[in-house]
This record gives sequence, C-alpha cells and structure tokens, in this order.
Amino acid sequence: MSVLSRIAAAASVLGALSGPALAEADPERGEALYRPCAACHMIGEGAIHRIGPHLNGIMGRGIGMVEGYRFSEIFEEAAAAGEVWTEMALDGFIANPGGYLPGTAMVFRGIRGADDRADLIAFLIQEGGSSEAPAAAGEDTGPSPEVAAILEFEGDVAYGQFLSSECTACHIGQGGDDIPSIRGLTPTVFIAGMVAYRSGERQHQVMNTLAARLGDEEIAALAAYFLSENH
Amino acid sequence: MSINRRTFLSTAAAVSATLATPMIARAQSMPRVVVVGGGAGGATAAKYIARDSNGAIDVTLIEPTRSYYTCFFSNLYIGGFYEFDDLGHTYGNLASSYGINVVHDWATGVDRDAKTVSLAGGGSVPYDRLVLSPGIDFVEDSVPGWSLAAQGKMPHAYKGGTQAQLLKAQVAAMPEGGTFAMVAPPNPYRCPPGPYERISMVAHMLKNTNPTAKILLVDPKESFSKQGLFEDGWQRHYPGMITRIGPDFGGDIVEVDPDAMTVSIDGVVENVDVCNVIPAQQAGLIAQAADITDGNWAPVSAYDMSSKIDPEIHVLGDSAAQGAMPKSGFSANSQAKVCANAVIAALTDARAFPPRYANTCWSLIETDDGVKVGATYEASDEGIVSTSSFISEVGETPETRAETYRESLGWYDAIVEDMFG
Repeated sequence: MSVLSRIAAAASVLGALSGPALAEADPERGEALYRPCAACHMIGEGAIHRIGPHLNGIMGRGIGMVEGYRFSEIFEEAAAAGEVWTEMALDGFIANPGGYLPGTAMVFRGIRGADDRADLIAFLIQEGGSSEAPAAAGEDTGPSPEVAAILEFEGDVAYGQFLSSECTACHIGQGGDDIPSIRGLTPTVFIAGMVAYRSGERQHQVMNTLAARLGDEEIAALAAYFLSENH
Repeated sequence: MSINRRTFLSTAAAVSATLATPMIARAQSMPRVVVVGGGAGGATAAKYIARDSNGAIDVTLIEPTRSYYTCFFSNLYIGGFYEFDDLGHTYGNLASSYGINVVHDWATGVDRDAKTVSLAGGGSVPYDRLVLSPGIDFVEDSVPGWSLAAQGKMPHAYKGGTQAQLLKAQVAAMPEGGTFAMVAPPNPYRCPPGPYERISMVAHMLKNTNPTAKILLVDPKESFSKQGLFEDGWQRHYPGMITRIGPDFGGDIVEVDPDAMTVSIDGVVENVDVCNVIPAQQAGLIAQAADITDGNWAPVSAYDMSSKIDPEIHVLGDSAAQGAMPKSGFSANSQAKVCANAVIAALTDARAFPPRYANTCWSLIETDDGVKVGATYEASDEGIVSTSSFISEVGETPETRAETYRESLGWYDAIVEDMFG
C-alpha cells in the first residue's frame, strides 16, 4: 500500500469511527490543549514559521502547501498528490502524527482523546481562520538570534558523537511511539528545539534538565553529528 | 565456543608464527579490552568501545548467560504490564555488527600483574584495559535466616530472570486473604525505587485477583526513594492493603525462617505466604576477587570510572562507589559511555571529552500512573556530583502520569537498542 493510500485509508477509518464533532467542540478548551503545540507552531495575527510552520488558514489548505517552510518528504509527497487538510485529515494527524504521515519531522506523539482533538481543531479554526480567510501571517525574519548564533558554529562532529550518547539512552534510532526518534531533523529544527528546552520555553522535565547544561558549542556539535551520515 | 576458538587462536599465534593468519597478527597488535558483565554497563561499554574505535581495539565481552534478562522492568513483568520474553536479549548482534568476541563463561579471577582474567571454563583472557560491570551480589547473613540456598522459598528476585518468574508465580498462588511480605534492603542498593515499585506491582496484581490479601513491607530505612509519590499512590490505588514497618517499629531488626515461612520483626513472629527478601548488597564477586573493593564497593575516579586501586581497571554501574549517582541501569549505561571514551582515548589517538553523566528512573505505581526522578551529574575530585535534578509531583494530572509511563516504555526500547542494537 502506498503511503498516500495509507493516509486515505487511515482518514476514512478515523472519520467513520470518530469524526471530530466540530459543531460541539470547545475552542476555549482547545486553547489549553494548544499549549504544547505553541512550542513549535505560531497561530493568529502575525504568526510566522518557527520550528514548525505557522497554522494560519490550515483548515482546507493543501498539506505541505504553505510558503516559506521546508517540509519533510512525506509532506512534499502529500502536497504533490493534492492532499488537503480536512477535518478528518487533521483529526487523524493529530491523533498519531508519525502513524498518519510516516516520516514527519513533527516530534509529537499525538492526542488520544477524540473530543480533545475536536476542541483543538476548533481552536485552530477560531485563531487561524480557514484557507479561504486565513489570519494574516507576519513577516518571517528568520531564526531567533540565539538559534542563528548556534547555526553559525562549525559543529564538532566527534564531540557531537560523544554527546549524542546521552540522547540514545532514551531516543531510539527508528520509529519510537513513546519517545520520538530525533533522527533526520534539519539543523534549524534541532537547534531551535534544544534552545527551547534549554530556556524552558518548551517543557519536559528530562529534556529541560539535560538541555540546561548544553552550551551553544554542544548544541552545534550535536546538530552536526545528527546531520552527518555516520550515525 | 567463541572462547575455545579465541583461546586457541591466541595460543596458536604465540606458539607458531607459521600458523598465524593476518587476522591473528592484527588482533595481536591491537590493544585488548576485556569487559566482564553484559548488562547495562558492560554491554554498552563493549559496544561503544568496539564501535567508536572503528575496529582499532579488540574487545572481548565475558557474560555467563546467552539470553540476558534485564532486571529493569522485571517489576512490570510481575505486575503483568510486560511479557517475560520481552525482557530477554541476546549478544549475537554485538558479535556480528561490532566484531566483539562474546564469551559465555564466568570470570572467576583477575591477575592484575599478568593482566589476565581467568574463566570458570578454564583458560584466561589477557587485557590492556579491563572493564568490570558485574552488578551486585548479596551480603551474606544480612538478613538472619536467609541465604542464597533459601532463594527458592524466599526469592530475592533482584537480579531479574527466573527469580522474577518465581516471585510472580508465588504471588499468583497466594491463598485468598494471604500475606505478602518484603524485606527491603538497606542503602546503598541497586535501583532505589525498585522495592517500592515492586510493592506497587504486587498490590496491582493482588487487587485484581486477591483483593483481601495484605502486603507487609519491612524496611530498615527511615525513608526511601520517591516516598511521597509511592505513599500517595498506594493510598489512592490500594487503600488498606499495604503496611510499612520502618525502623521506628523494628523494621531494621528482622529475621526470617524460610522453612516455617515466618518473618520475625523485632521479635514478633508473622506467618506469611510469600516472602521477598532483598538482602544488603555489595559489588559483584569478581570485583572482590580482583581486590579492587574498599568495603562493599569498588571506589572509582569520577572522571573515567577507573578504579582508585588499579587505574587499568574500570568499574561500571552497581559495583562502583562513584559518588552521587543511584545504582541503576540508566546510570550504568551513562557511565559506560564516559568509560568507553576514556578507554578509546587511552589506547588510540582518539580524543577524550569531558565526562558527563545523567540518570532517570521511572516507576509504575498502577496502570497509567507512572512517576520519574532524574538528574544530571558531573565529575569532581570528590566523586560524581549532581548538577541538577527533577522529580514528579504529587497531584499531577492523570494525563501527565500516563505520559510518564509511556515515556518509560520508550526508554526501555531505546536503552536495549543502545546496549544490544
């Protein structure tokens, strides 16, 4: 079965079983559920791409079809095939991102509750509008100064390999349902993620503790190692 | 089989150069590292030394069992959350992917002058650097009345494997309304939250099959790891089932009688149906045999896990007296990586990096009610010291607890891949 027919099949099953009851959904609850998403995605007036693309006008938009964001291969495939973010597609993706679009760079394990997903989708529509009437995006001024400074470093691959052994105690090489795989991230996404954990902007007890002692040089070394071909 | 071949090769090469193939000549000129113990410390160290030296170091791993059953997660097996078979791992990949000589035998002694490790099956293996990661052994007579000979009646179930199976079977066979007793160990011991996670898992099992059963926890310690989290969980999930007798009520004055199935607590004799005795612990016997222990444990440098008594021997995991890190599989795995880097740098021209350590211990209290504690560490002249730490909180949402539990499942998959993959 091709990846895209899997998407379609997953979407139809999910739709049949647990189509989001958007009419009854509560965007206020959705706002609380959006909090972990906000570590990577902006939404609303002036939103720009960050680690993930901004979500303005996502409902009805083509999958992988927002300008100025470099998507993973699976999103490019979906875009080429003309796949669209419908309620069902969003519901399926949010339920299990890695299962729905295998190979997605989105490091998030999904939301299990159908009502929670419906509330979250309602919030996405309320804040970001639809593809026909999206909230106005802002002007992307590139990575934050902190991330840009680390991107400037020439990462020490050998040092990165040593440091990466701290990651592999918990992160598996391929797949990983319960702790996501961190392979194949772009340097910008990886660095922005580590910076967000280091500052506490993105919350996770283990990651905050580990990232707190990573200097810019260490983050650059890790990024260089994870990008190199010998891992 | 591999030891026979290996012993044969090294002997043959020494005796007769005409028999030597280029392979042997290469192996002889390469520095040799011998790793004793194929658990979280030893398997990780063997793999990282072989892999990261790019074949420049000849690595031999000595581990008696062909199928290694992790001690970590054996509580989840007891609770019914994990299949026993899923705890078992083999060494085939370490041999085939990294060229490690895996020797299934018991290391019985270390000749530090000749730099050889002797094997129960006969012969010895020479080393330039030795890594000992033998886990724990029990301190004899630490619980009067109990000895290893009694482990069939009163299992310790603290080294994984068949002992965990035995304990689970005994709990399943308890009479209705019977009593499960645990004699908890004094500090320091392997896996600080382990006994209390086990209490939780036994309670989970009994709650479903034998709800009038009682659990008696006899504990010589004033306090224990994640105590607030466990006690809160026990109250919420297993009200009235668990009684803990600490040292203030004689929990430190315990005797057992495996034949009579009794536990005497400060002279008061209790009849019990299952008795899980987790004795006081010490470094694995090979560390004692190598004469690198001081008291019960092997003191090491925090910078590279090398023995303070013999710097050409590194000691990892439970056996090491290193400072602030808890004795855990996660700690052993973390220490193995620092050790591997130091060993490779010492034996080749590779670079040494500043040591850094981390640990996280997850525990399951009841279905989808997981908690964790963890810290980062660094080296100092006084030993490994904690730089930062975290712990789950009482009153976290069910979603957070379920997330923590799922995270522990992800960790298990990752660490066994890190060790054996």
